[in-house]
Amino acid sequence: MEVLLAFLVGGLAAVGVYLMLRPHLIQFLVGFLVLGNAANLLIFTAGRLGSQFPPLVQRDGGLLEPIANPLPQALILTAIVIGFGLAAFGIVLFYRAEQGLGTLSAEAMPEVFEPAPAPSPVDQVEAPRSEKERVPA
Amino acid sequence: MVTSVLVAFAGALGAPWVYRGLGNRAGWVLALLPLGLTLYFSSLLPAVLAGQTLRHGVAWVPSLGVGLSFYLDGLSLLFALLITGIGTFIVIYSGGYLKGHPDLGRFYLVILLFMASMLGLVLADNIVTLFVMWELTSLTSYLLIGFNHTEFRSRRAATQALFVTAGGGLALLAGLILLAGMGGSWEISELLTKGEVLRAHPWYLGALVLVLVGAFTKSAQFPFHFWLPNAMEAPTPVSAYLHSATMVKAGVYLLARLQPALGGTEVWSSTLMAFGLATLLTGATLTFRQTDLKRLLAYSTVAALGALVFAIGAVPLTSYYGAVGFAAFLLAHSLYKGGLFMAAGAVDHEVGTRDVSQLSGLFRAMPITGVAVGLSALSLAGLPPVLGFIGKEALYAAFLEAAPAWMTGLAVLGFAVGVTLALILTVPFFRGQPPEGVHEGSPSLWLGPVVLAGLGLLVGLFPGLYNPLADAVASAVKGAPVAYHLKLWHGLNLPLLLSLVTVLLGVGLYFLYPRLLAWMAREPIPGPESAYVGLMRGLMRFSGKLERLLQSGSLRAYLVWTFMGLVALVGLALLRGDGLLWPQLQGLHPGQAVLLALMLLSALAALRLRSHLATVVVVGIVGAGVAIVFLLQNAPDLAITQFLVETLTAVLIALVLLQIRRIGAVPRGRFLDKLVALSFGGILTLLMLAMLAQPMSPHLAQFFAEKSLPEGFGRNIVNVILVDFRGLDTFGEITVVGLAGLGVYALLKGLRKEGKP
Repeated sequence: MEVLLAFLVGGLAAVGVYLMLRPHLIQFLVGFLVLGNAANLLIFTAGRLGSQFPPLVQRDGGLLEPIANPLPQALILTAIVIGFGLAAFGIVLFYRAEQGLGTLSAEAMPEVFEPAPAPSPVDQVEAPRSEKERVPA
Repeated sequence: MVTSVLVAFAGALGAPWVYRGLGNRAGWVLALLPLGLTLYFSSLLPAVLAGQTLRHGVAWVPSLGVGLSFYLDGLSLLFALLITGIGTFIVIYSGGYLKGHPDLGRFYLVILLFMASMLGLVLADNIVTLFVMWELTSLTSYLLIGFNHTEFRSRRAATQALFVTAGGGLALLAGLILLAGMGGSWEISELLTKGEVLRAHPWYLGALVLVLVGAFTKSAQFPFHFWLPNAMEAPTPVSAYLHSATMVKAGVYLLARLQPALGGTEVWSSTLMAFGLATLLTGATLTFRQTDLKRLLAYSTVAALGALVFAIGAVPLTSYYGAVGFAAFLLAHSLYKGGLFMAAGAVDHEVGTRDVSQLSGLFRAMPITGVAVGLSALSLAGLPPVLGFIGKEALYAAFLEAAPAWMTGLAVLGFAVGVTLALILTVPFFRGQPPEGVHEGSPSLWLGPVVLAGLGLLVGLFPGLYNPLADAVASAVKGAPVAYHLKLWHGLNLPLLLSLVTVLLGVGLYFLYPRLLAWMAREPIPGPESAYVGLMRGLMRFSGKLERLLQSGSLRAYLVWTFMGLVALVGLALLRGDGLLWPQLQGLHPGQAVLLALMLLSALAALRLRSHLATVVVVGIVGAGVAIVFLLQNAPDLAITQFLVETLTAVLIALVLLQIRRIGAVPRGRFLDKLVALSFGGILTLLMLAMLAQPMSPHLAQFFAEKSLPEGFGRNIVNVILVDFRGLDTFGEITVVGLAGLGVYALLKGLRKEGKP
């Protein structure tokens, strides 16, 4: 199964990266989720498969062999939750951006935003105010 | 000694409060700090003159051999006295010159910080301490040149001075580290005893060049001299203090300090004498392009620094004249140049112009300043009976002994310009009518010039006063005891004849000055400054191009860089490792193969879909498939979390994104996108295959399995790792999720408010 997983991870990553390179931010988000799953599977496989028992200690303190590798599981658990936080924030952010700017194209957004070709640091500090003015009431 | 430097730093930090409390009188009070230090260092005179060297130090970073160790001999004592003594008058002078300036408190702070750093620099024995102080003087110099920071010219001059001196500082650091490695010690006093080891070392030439670059940039030697005249944008007290009497002599100090260790080789003497002479002549020549008082003085400072470097180069080739000339001329120059600068500032302050061609009859209006200028100009011209004469005579004797005749001749020409400059400076005081309403400035403005000029006269008339210290300085520079009798009259000899020639030449040049000025000021002369400007411009253009390339503002471009960078790094690691490997195939359940194929197919379907709902389904299938893999491979915690998160994500997307317009026409993927995606996926597959072909070390898994119950008191090993072994990491994770939740809340809340009319 490991070898097949290696190809699956490669395939998922390729799909994820390709989607992230699309201009539409929804596609970017989908690509990001797919890529995240691919990364988790990679880490999981790196800890090796083929166990018979989950990583639990028996009541008498003994271990049943072959036991699953607990470390990648702990790492992936963290990654899943963080990935969810990021995805949730991204979904809402993109939704807000669509409401405010009228587009979800990463290539069209800078044109909506950019009042001057080269904003100085001062302009960048002032930028949020002009953005608010742009948001239709 | 350590205390004195620390007291100077502490006093500097307190200066703004003193100014806030005392206002215009703060200058007189703050001057007590350098005055006290002057008295302290004077109290050390007897011990040093008796031939002692005082050492004192405290550990700073003992593990690296870095200590705040200080070392006082004749050379450092002379510098310490100059720094604190002239500093006293500078602080008083600043109070009058910058009276009422809104940033005067900050000025006192920085100039006293400079004094403390400069003091630390000349007293430092440890190489790292010396370097830190060296850079501190560059930084405070930057702040002081750019004191009028609303002026573009000030800012440009400040950055130029910083780039040149701090750039040289980097070379110096490398050179000093090489020296420490060669000599096996971080203490300069130790290195001085190992001169023969250093000179015979194969790194000698490299270390020498690096140290020289550091010293030459700091002391404005050709071809780095251009920053010094530009630094005249600084307020006059700064020019008088940093850019004539003290900081620019730091490079000269370092060369003199290291002379016993590095000197004595052919390359040392010829390099120093060549660059010193070139600097002397450059400073002298460029004098004829100026009518601005301060810039005139700055070029004369460049020339004097060149003469000092020349003298250090001549030290090993002369019996004692080089070292003695160095000692006498160093003091003479600091006294007359500091005084002349302060006087020039006073004239500027009272008359409102620094252009010599606009000044006239000042002696009647400003008699005290006039006397000070006259005496200092005598010293500048090298005429008796002041110290400048003694210094110049000793230098001439050294040049005659050490240098070929043509070099001495050119040096005489350079010194002749000093005579010319002295005339240029003094004539406006005696010729013509004084401007209306101009009068003598306040005592704070003339006290410094008068005292410094008076000291030059006093030491000139009674050279015996300075003789013991001069011998101590000369001994330190020479690296061997020197006893010499300083006096005004040595009888009719060759140096006296040269002095006579100098005066005649100088007076002649003075009459040519208007014509030379008209001729030389007409066109800009290409010099090293254009190289500097070109370098800076090229640097800006290059970074602009680089910025446009890397910071294009396009999300796609960033992603392409990132993913291709990863491909390159992983590919490199694979190539450098065992290369491509193929793991052994293990047993495979047909059901698993179907599952994996389904996941891949649904992911591929996402490439073509245009409906959000379909996208949600596709992402859900991939996520659920991953969860099933977890379940099959004995990871129940992961499986349940994955199911929960996939469900929540699907709900969120459904809730929020279904309100958004359809994706619309999907532009066809560009070739580059496909290439990036396929190479990234491909390199991951190769990486995993190579990884699976390697045996895995079971140590970590065993460790966690064994320690989970006895040390983490839990039987679910994954949970114990999360909340115990990696508890802080999980805490960070919770914070991130919490912040993401806050962000979501804030974004949605703003939406609801705007939705209301």
